[in-house]
Amino acid sequence: MKLAICAGPATTGKTSVLRHMIKKLLKENIMVAYLKIDVQYAEEDILLQKEFGIPTKKIYSGELCPDHCNVMVLGDGLKWAKKNNCEMLFVETAGLCLRCSPYVDGGLGLVVLEATSGMNLPLKVGPMLSLADTAVVTKIDRISQAEREVFRARIQEVAPNVKIREVNALHGIGIDPLLTQVKQFMDVPTNMFLRGNPPVGTCTICVGKKEVGWQSHFGVVRALDNQNFYRGE
Amino acid sequence: MVDSITILGGRGRDGSEEPVRVINFKMGDIASIVGPTGSGKTTLINDIELFADANTPSQRRILINGNPPSPEFRDNPAFNPIALITQHTTFLSDLPVGEFLTIHTKIRSERARNTDYFLQKTLSFANQLTGEPIMVHSKMTELSGGQTRALLIADATIICETPIILLDEVENAGIHRNKAIELLREYKKIFIFVTHDPRIALLSDYRIVVKEGAISKVLFTDEYEHKFAQKVSKLDDILSELRNRIRVGERITNDCLAGIL
Ligand SMILES: Nc1nc2c(ncn2[C@@H]2O[C@H](COP(=O)(O)OP(=O)(O)O)[C@@H](O)[C@H]2O)c(=O)[nH]1
Ligand SMILES: Nc1ncnc2c1ncn2[C@@H]1O[C@H](COP(=O)(O)OP(=O)(O)O)[C@@H](O)[C@H]1O
Ligand SMILES: [Mg+2]
Ligand SMILES: [Mg+2]
Ligand SMILES: [Zn+2]
Repeated sequence: MKLAICAGPATTGKTSVLRHMIKKLLKENIMVAYLKIDVQYAEEDILLQKEFGIPTKKIYSGELCPDHCNVMVLGDGLKWAKKNNCEMLFVETAGLCLRCSPYVDGGLGLVVLEATSGMNLPLKVGPMLSLADTAVVTKIDRISQAEREVFRARIQEVAPNVKIREVNALHGIGIDPLLTQVKQFMDVPTNMFLRGNPPVGTCTICVGKKEVGWQSHFGVVRALDNQNFYRGE
Repeated sequence: MVDSITILGGRGRDGSEEPVRVINFKMGDIASIVGPTGSGKTTLINDIELFADANTPSQRRILINGNPPSPEFRDNPAFNPIALITQHTTFLSDLPVGEFLTIHTKIRSERARNTDYFLQKTLSFANQLTGEPIMVHSKMTELSGGQTRALLIADATIICETPIILLDEVENAGIHRNKAIELLREYKKIFIFVTHDPRIALLSDYRIVVKEGAISKVLFTDEYEHKFAQKVSKLDDILSELRNRIRVGERITNDCLAGIL
């Protein structure tokens, strides 16, 4: 099973990009399954199932970070795709916390960013961008050539090793190189590992203590004027 | 180096073969695309911008220097020889104009040393196109439609040095059209205007006529039309003079008409 994990802020065009990839793969008789991981609402699974008749599924991460949820369910997802005779699994996740990244070794990692989001966005999205294989820049039809170039340069500044693909995901322009890329991957290994280190999450808020102010908490804490420090045993 | 771009004909909206099979644009050409609303003008320049390869609804193909375009053109916008400017193209950055143009010039790194020269040249080019001067300190997002269009054209022409510039119905945005064409002629590029404006169409070297999704013919501007273009410009000036008077709250009287007619 080949795997592509697609992350990116809401409404950047993740589904649009994957939809065009799926359409083209099906034309080549490559069967794809689609799994959507979102926090509390998603309907892409129904839409894509209707449009292409492929196996689709969604899972709500609820109080879990969607990227953490991804780590939990990815193994099951691959088995499910295999049972449905698919050669590839596409996972769309709403990478919301901006500290995690959902990509695993051995699978394609795509981050979808919209060119319309302002020139500083690439500086804000952290490992979701820097650990991806490819940054897919959508909505290039909406902005000037000049700003496209600046946006691209900003991505290169923070993520010099990440490939950049500019696409018009509305019309499916520029999608072909992504297909070439996903096909070049081997099947994912049975023991998969996350590409990045998960963020530190070891404070008493993580376990449900609700008082506001670092003085009430233990573990890795932080004050306004300080970097992280450890409080407690 | 780009010296020509070719359109190979595809199919019209109803699937029938496009009557014009080949159009070849050479450096220095100024061309117009004309046709009723919905006839497929925007589709045609989008095909050009996308380097269509029989993979768009029109099935057209685009060649650069007679060959399929290098994939690099699409992979890196800095190598893209085509800039498309539409009515909807806008700036989203709220940086001051000067700062943005400087960043953009620096990205085109070989010129990092004389950013100020490029800044001044770009601004003065833009300011010849628009009636309302653009200030170095204006925020990009505060520019008017005309100023935005003017700056886009200037940026593509001078900072990007893009050899092929496509303009989709920019005439309504308040650009000095004669001035634009006169200035653009100094740069040996390919300019393609989608236009409803007789002034631009007749100042072009040729016009491509689009009908029901297909290119139906190409008309080269002839001797008579060349001469007539001057009259059109005059008529147009009269209209804009009238427009100005109405705008500033004047009455149209026989006296004022005598001055301009
Ligand atoms: N103009 C334009 N719109 C796009 C593009 N990509 C996506 N969209 C639109 O952006 C909206 C959100 O896209 P969607 O794929 O659902 O985003 P997701 O939330 O990241 O999955 C939809 O209305 C799309 O039609 C693009 O390249 N250009
Ligand atoms: N050759 C073609 N084949 C199929 N559809 C076409 C073709 N040319 C144009 N169209 C469709 O016709 C519609 C109008 O075209 P458009 O380019 O927007 O017209 P214009 O810019 O002249 O107003 C669009 O929906 C476009 O997709
Ligand atoms: Mg989606
Ligand atoms: Mg149009
Ligand atoms: Zn997280």
